[in-house]
Amino acid sequence: MNSEILIKNGRLIDPANGIDKECDVLIADDKIASVGKVEKPVQKIIDATGKLVTPGLIDIHVHFREPGDEEEETIASGSAAAVAAGFTSVVCMPNTKPPIENETDVEYVHRKARQARKTHVYTMGAITKGREGVELAEMGFMAEAGAVGFTDDGSGVQDPAVMLRALKYADMFDVVIAQHCQDNAFAGNGVMNSGYYSTILGLPGIDPLAEEAMLWRDIQLVRKTNVRYHAQHISTAGSVELIRAAKKDSLPITCEVTPHHLLLTEECCAEYDTNYKVNPPLRSAKDIEALKEAIKEGLVDALVTDHGPHLQSEKELEFLAAPFGIASLECALALFVKALIEPGILDWPGLVRLMTENPAKIIGVDKGTLGVGKQADVTIIDPKAEYEIDVNRFRSKSRNCPYHGWKVTGKVEKTIVGGEIRFEA
Amino acid sequence: MFETKLFWSIEFWSFRFVSNFDFRISDLHEVMALIKKGKSFKWHRKHLLGLRELSSEEIIYILDTAKGFEQISTRSVKKAPPLRGKVVVNMFFEDSTRTRNSFALAANRLSADIIEFTEKASSVSKGETLLDTARNLEAMGIDIVVIRHSAGGAAKLLSRNINACVVNAGDGFCEHPTQGLLDVYTIRKIKGTLEGLKIAIVGDIAHSRVARSDMWAMTKLGAEVIFVGPPTLMPSWASKLPVSVSYSLDEVIEKVDVINMLRIQFERLGGNPFPSVREYSHYFGLTLERMKRAKPDILVMHPGPINRGLEIESEVADGRNSVILDQVTNGLAVRMAVLFLVNQARAQQGKEAKHEKRIYPD
Repeated sequence: MNSEILIKNGRLIDPANGIDKECDVLIADDKIASVGKVEKPVQKIIDATGKLVTPGLIDIHVHFREPGDEEEETIASGSAAAVAAGFTSVVCMPNTKPPIENETDVEYVHRKARQARKTHVYTMGAITKGREGVELAEMGFMAEAGAVGFTDDGSGVQDPAVMLRALKYADMFDVVIAQHCQDNAFAGNGVMNSGYYSTILGLPGIDPLAEEAMLWRDIQLVRKTNVRYHAQHISTAGSVELIRAAKKDSLPITCEVTPHHLLLTEECCAEYDTNYKVNPPLRSAKDIEALKEAIKEGLVDALVTDHGPHLQSEKELEFLAAPFGIASLECALALFVKALIEPGILDWPGLVRLMTENPAKIIGVDKGTLGVGKQADVTIIDPKAEYEIDVNRFRSKSRNCPYHGWKVTGKVEKTIVGGEIRFEA
Repeated sequence: MFETKLFWSIEFWSFRFVSNFDFRISDLHEVMALIKKGKSFKWHRKHLLGLRELSSEEIIYILDTAKGFEQISTRSVKKAPPLRGKVVVNMFFEDSTRTRNSFALAANRLSADIIEFTEKASSVSKGETLLDTARNLEAMGIDIVVIRHSAGGAAKLLSRNINACVVNAGDGFCEHPTQGLLDVYTIRKIKGTLEGLKIAIVGDIAHSRVARSDMWAMTKLGAEVIFVGPPTLMPSWASKLPVSVSYSLDEVIEKVDVINMLRIQFERLGGNPFPSVREYSHYFGLTLERMKRAKPDILVMHPGPINRGLEIESEVADGRNSVILDQVTNGLAVRMAVLFLVNQARAQQGKEAKHEKRIYPD
């Protein structure tokens, strides 16, 4: 076995190694063989002139719905969507039916991913059995089977004593505990941000405090246990303040932000379009400003999609009854370009860092860089390509994407996973 | 001037209708011509979803049209033909007596055929979605859907997806536009105008669609609205609404020209927003004692059904300032006007009105 790919003349962006320059990358089998000026007659040469060559993008927050809701998404369809969007690794959330709560479940996800043979699919395990927030799930067995972290995502662990126990126990395995911060007592039956729009639309609101109260609580627990903690999809200015303070105290806390919390506001719900129903809910322009400022300051560690596919028939229900979630995996890169690069919040290396090196570190995998000898996960991006988002061309099974028809810039040209070209535009 | 013409015209119709079943379409055109001549303004909405999106001209236009229809109910033959051959569906997913009967009667008086559809179960548990139900009814050839639903935005969702007219008869705690209209109609009829009036709306504002529709209609017509109730029943963002807020009925009672007492909706209250019914009545009940300090010509309103002795004492509800039953009477005229106008707008848009924007592109 000796397959080689040479990517020539691209702008190589590898934040982990501080590289941002025009050079070549040679891939031999599934590893990066050399970086620099490479003159070698290999069978497969990719001319990347004018393109960006980056480590394979990593999305540490997706919902592929398998097992349980295969009509919405499967690991196969989600993986196909992922490589088309430049993601060489994704992390599935465990809120499937049944939830991922033991090593067999973890192995099931891995097996389906191997069969799909598109992107690397990791999974987090549930913190508690049945995601009920009462008894700890078998974190040790799941970690051994390859779970890259634990979360009850979809909801947060409500009981502070259970959360404290989870953090303490996790200390034994060096894994990250991730949390969907939302205090259900505060959030009640809310379906959108609590504010002017929820008032006039007559819809129950979710106060930003619901997120902030749990985040504050968790930060105190991390202060006590010093276990790695990851705040998922933070969405409010108040959460940014809490993260800022926690990082100042050098606590082992990281956080992530989604494209919809950077691009859409609660006002989008004004027509009761359920494609804008998402949890945490779309907030205000002020919150968007705070999140962008946080990204600029380097407070945000990772950009994720929280890809949440749902059936059209479910999203056609009343706003109250429709499920939460936005399917945005396939247009994620362009959305981040629009939210962060176009207004000058980040440059390309900055964006790539939040989509490669940092998320790899959070889940503790040796990825997200193009260093020699590393696994050959590479994404080639045309930063100038303009296109219109068309949900009907998605490889994902679902269409619940509010960005349909948006004109965006930045397109994935090729995705190489483990030395194999798995996607070509 | 215009109103008298409209009266005459409807009188004329019903006479013809009763005496001779050979009603001609040209009669309908006649009344439309009259409306057009009377006002340069033209009604164009084929749905009535809420009052927030209506201009003051549109609201006044409905009220003026309702005035014409009020007459019909006072005559021995209470029927006019403008909706003859049209089918109205009363789609009620929530309990209602007043509103449902009022709409049914209004449609009857306009000679429409009526289908009553009552479904307590939510669409999800029932297995058939709201849209599927509506599409099925539409396939039977209905013209107007009157919908009451526990989810805010249900009427809007429907209007986007079916071709028939949609009239919102209450959606969650978003809006109840015909109630708002009949409230301002009642006030206008007695006071002449809403301009400069001070109006208190008392009770569970947070969960009240009536409060919201009232607020939009009343403020658009120039009244000053005060929301009165305990902070736990106020929307948390009342400061951004075009109203002032008071927690003291005692302070407000002396100042206002109209007081609208909302029903405490036990079915909607989560938790316990006030400690006891006794304590609530003590602070926010409209008692004879409080009425002594009110303006002598204050109008006492209530959207019904009344919890006697809770938010309002029986003596007040049945007292000389009460217009609670006038509200019900006027509701009929207002609903006739609404059904009439949306149907007209749809007829005019006619062929051009293909399916409007859908949520999902095909």
